[in-house]
Amino acid sequence: MRNLSQTQDETLPGDTPRSLKNWRIDDFSLLAGSAVAAISTTWVIYTALTPATGKTGFFLISYITFLLLYVMTCTLELGKQNAFDNMWTVLTWSAALLLLAPLITILLYVIIKGFAGLNLDFFTKDLSATGTLDSGGGASAAIVGTLQQVFIAVCISVPLGLLTAVYLNEVKGRFRRPVRMFVDAMSGIPSIVAGLFIYAVWIIALGNVFSGLAAALALSILMLPTITRTAEEVLRLVPDGMREGALALGATRWQTTYRVVMPTAASGLITAIVLGVARAVGETAPLIMTSFGSTAMNANPLNGAQDSLPLFVYRLIANPFPAQQQRAWTGALVLVMIVLVLFTIARILGARASGKRR
Amino acid sequence: MLSTFYRNAINSSLRNVKLMDTGEGRTFDRTDDPVQDQPRALKRSLSKEDRVYEAAAVAGGLSTLVILAFIGFFLFARSSLVFSEVGWGFFTSLSWRPDASPPEFGIVAILYWTVIISIIALAIAMPLSVLTALFLVEYSPRSLRGPLRALVDLLAAIPSLIYGLWGLFFLQPHLVGIARWLSDHASFVPLFRVNEPTFTGSAFVVSVVLALMILPIVTSIVREVLEQTPPGEKEAALALGSTRSGMVRSVMLPFARGGIIGGSMLGLGRALGETIAVAIILSPSLIISPRILETGTNSIASLIALKFGEADELSLSALMAAGLTLFILTLTVNFIASFVVARSRSGAGVDA
Amino acid sequence: MSTVLSETREFQVEPASGTLIADAVSCWFGERKVLDRVSLEMRPLTVTALIGPSGCGKSTFLRSLNRMHELVPSARFAGRVLLDGEDIYDSSVRATTTRRRVGMVFQKPNPFPSMSIRDNILSGRKLSGMTTPNPDEVVELALTRAGLWKEVRDRLESAGGALSGGQQQRLCIARSLAVDPEVLLMDEPCSALDPTSTMKIEETIKEISDHVTVVIVTHNMQQAQRVSQQCAFFLAAENQPGYIVEVGETRKMFSNPDDPRTEDYVNGRFG
Repeated sequence: MRNLSQTQDETLPGDTPRSLKNWRIDDFSLLAGSAVAAISTTWVIYTALTPATGKTGFFLISYITFLLLYVMTCTLELGKQNAFDNMWTVLTWSAALLLLAPLITILLYVIIKGFAGLNLDFFTKDLSATGTLDSGGGASAAIVGTLQQVFIAVCISVPLGLLTAVYLNEVKGRFRRPVRMFVDAMSGIPSIVAGLFIYAVWIIALGNVFSGLAAALALSILMLPTITRTAEEVLRLVPDGMREGALALGATRWQTTYRVVMPTAASGLITAIVLGVARAVGETAPLIMTSFGSTAMNANPLNGAQDSLPLFVYRLIANPFPAQQQRAWTGALVLVMIVLVLFTIARILGARASGKRR
Repeated sequence: MLSTFYRNAINSSLRNVKLMDTGEGRTFDRTDDPVQDQPRALKRSLSKEDRVYEAAAVAGGLSTLVILAFIGFFLFARSSLVFSEVGWGFFTSLSWRPDASPPEFGIVAILYWTVIISIIALAIAMPLSVLTALFLVEYSPRSLRGPLRALVDLLAAIPSLIYGLWGLFFLQPHLVGIARWLSDHASFVPLFRVNEPTFTGSAFVVSVVLALMILPIVTSIVREVLEQTPPGEKEAALALGSTRSGMVRSVMLPFARGGIIGGSMLGLGRALGETIAVAIILSPSLIISPRILETGTNSIASLIALKFGEADELSLSALMAAGLTLFILTLTVNFIASFVVARSRSGAGVDA
Repeated sequence: MSTVLSETREFQVEPASGTLIADAVSCWFGERKVLDRVSLEMRPLTVTALIGPSGCGKSTFLRSLNRMHELVPSARFAGRVLLDGEDIYDSSVRATTTRRRVGMVFQKPNPFPSMSIRDNILSGRKLSGMTTPNPDEVVELALTRAGLWKEVRDRLESAGGALSGGQQQRLCIARSLAVDPEVLLMDEPCSALDPTSTMKIEETIKEISDHVTVVIVTHNMQQAQRVSQQCAFFLAAENQPGYIVEVGETRKMFSNPDDPRTEDYVNGRFG
């Protein structure tokens, strides 16, 4: 028999959940009302009262008026405390939308401007045979250059970055804290400084020429901190129990790291690499003084100036002729697409990595 | 063969064990126990494989320090030429004229503008970042949070070059309209006055684009920090009858203060070093003025990028010196930032 | 012993200030039901103890009394909770107003560490939008009622986080009292504290029940006997929602309960 103080009455006030929504129709009308009032007020100001100009000005003033009106009406209806609360909600939503707007416009703008120049020639021909007014020719030299330089940069920075991450998290050496601090500091190195450094060392001091290799060296300096930090985070997520289990079975520390920890963290580590590559692909500044850029195809990254996609875009956009500018925009579109693809891959891998661990 | 010492020690402890077996109770007086309990030195004897492995890892770890040191060293070495020519004048002169005789190189105006555009960018980005981070942590519908985080990270992944192009061709015309309106109607603020009505390539336009570029970095850090707010304190505020924004203001934001400051400084460091986006948009000027809406600004990074092509040996050395200055500046800002985040109450668990 | 609710769910008694009545309260987390139609009258200016083994939904029930339950994203609720005759879940009532009238002290003391002791006490009033024309008096009164005034009167400006665990908990009690609630809910307030602090807090509970209705969840049966006048015994079968087995005067519940399950629990045969 159940409790004595409750009736088993089926007409008890409901055993179905109630709606506890805080958002009521009044709140919505306050919001909508203020918005409409703001826009109309601004319209009046703009057309009749002051000679203000520009669409952006219109939006700005409407927004500010909206905010003021909304806070005022909320205070009158709901009291100061709740008005404030609603204002914060509006502000945070506005900030988020403000962030979203540029992202969308950037992607759309690049797609719109670059789409027209997308054709097979763009990917297969270089610019050595094209005059300044011609529209033939393409970015094959730049694309080859980017692929080669990034590949070499990966070969240099990935082992180094993984070793550093291992040092920080597995070996846990004595200099852990300073090294971590320095890795953080290194991620703040301006890309131009990395370029200057390689120029000073590789080209001046060691007397080499501009080359894709020099560019790759500069890129690896920039990729290194990203790979190291992401890899370290990923390694940290591997449960200690696994390491202890391997050691208890008699494995050496190397075997533990190589055969147990790293395979477990594999997708996370690949994410780290992909993020590093995404960073390197878009870098322009260090290339100016290391690979220098060119119009002709140079498939040898070890010798001679080599073009790459960012340099291609940078160089051509300054050119006054529309054909050249069109190429620049198409190059920019290709660059953005590459970054988007890499980014998506990194996220899918990252999601799988954390999903596996559950 | 065991020495006498060890034998005695083992025997006495075995004696204790035996007594326990027979069920007799015994109290232990620690002062008459003959066995010494000094900690033993535990030596790690690693296999050859492990010794190589650890050496390699140490080398990897130290490589970062080495690289940074080398960068500083080589930049300094290469700047010696210009320092021998103009001496301390490099840090006091306003002009940059390689063709004058004697050639003049001064970083003051450039440094001034570098700092100005970075500070304005931070001033725009910081409140927006905090609000966006709050949105991501508290105000957004839960189902949207993952995708929104992804969008913020995507903003961070877009190359600087693209920001520069978009800023120059798409955004600048809109900003020019605002700048014109401000200089026409708000010129009581000295910052908004202009001497000539040209608004393109101004510090204002550059700063807005820079603000957008550092927004994702600062937002990510502030978001991580806000997520660490102790739930007990948040509950306490709500249980007292606080609204959500009251709880945010009294619990979450004070808690996140260290992360907000540290994140902002990291954003500042990024803005200081930003090269290509600035180079594409700005209209270089060496005049120090408070007129941010007017055309004409500069930054060390863009100076190096733009002047590299035509630089002779002395100019190159001057660019190296400029690069060294920038290097030290950004390194310092980043160090302080990491320090502030790590030390703060909120930063203990954050990877800045 | 029985609740005030009649068959037709009307009230026969005029509810005094600080009367909290739960009427067929059910709680869910997503699809999982954790409380099944619990009804309970918590009489004004008395201490009601909610006892029972862990996992029976006592804390969930407590949190539904001041609308903290709905802060969990998947939380769902059915029934009514009447504060002085008014349903706090009605759409015309703001949750923030309810939480000011029904305060809560948590298991783990949570003073605001970045504020001084004085600011901690006043924070509740500030956060709930109350004006405080006489802050010093409010601080002194709240701390005196919580039994902390003598210990901290000389260091009101020092940080709230620098006190001992027991002192922090009394600070939290004072902070809740400063907003003048009608009811104070306490969710195992002593379980994280040492015995001496526990004793002090139990004294505090007895004193504040002259001014506020107290509802306390406790695992400690001796504590329930020491501080409460009325007890409700919760029970839940495995993976089943919790419900009240028996409600009554504390003395009766512990010496001569009506339900055999209650008798088993208070005599320590399970729990």
